[in-house]
Amino acid sequence: MIFVQEHDFDPGDEIAKLSAGNTHVGGVCVFVGLVRDFADDGALQAMTLEHYPGMTQKQLEAIEREALERWPLDATVIIHRYGRLQPGERIVLVGAASAHREAAFEACHFLIDWLKTKAPFWKKEETQGREHWVDAKHTDDAAALRWNKK
Amino acid sequence: MKILYFAWLKEKTKVSEETLSLPKGVRDVAGLVAALKARGGGFAEAFANEAIVRVAVNQEHVGFDHAVADGDEVAFFPPVTGG
Repeated sequence: MIFVQEHDFDPGDEIAKLSAGNTHVGGVCVFVGLVRDFADDGALQAMTLEHYPGMTQKQLEAIEREALERWPLDATVIIHRYGRLQPGERIVLVGAASAHREAAFEACHFLIDWLKTKAPFWKKEETQGREHWVDAKHTDDAAALRWNKK
Repeated sequence: MKILYFAWLKEKTKVSEETLSLPKGVRDVAGLVAALKARGGGFAEAFANEAIVRVAVNQEHVGFDHAVADGDEVAFFPPVTGG
């Protein structure tokens, strides 16, 4: 399931939904990304996430589809927020449920790594009364590359 | 064709979305970028360093050598930073 939304979500609800009505599931793995209170140039006051609506949905669906093809999963979820967020607020949640923990762990890791380099979101940070767009990190590219098929 | 700009490309061009006919002689993204750059001002600024500009044609990530045609949706943006 894909949700791109301005409002917050409840991680507990999402964990429960991943295995709801399915006693075949042996493990659920979830990653939640938060707005931290620091940036490269000091304390962070807020962050605004912009995205490309049509393409975001399409890219997230493709990422989810890829995970379902690669691992034996019973359910997956990707939730990504946009708009202005304060430190401590939730930005993103990805989760996977499977009969086995390895598949759930790996798929969860894969979902967030690919999302970071493929989903069209951009972060603008507010620090010390200034605003600036966040630069992409090479470490994110490297993290995504590890999931490329050999 | 529809052209979209996001993040700092939108701020530099001061345009989020525009509709135009495929400029004469333009066959690929690189050609389109050259035509947009030739407008000067914020457009020249936005595309000054093409190495830090990413592009999607019809909502798929592509390279600057990708073909463009009338009717396409072309989006320009910085490397993505979600998650």
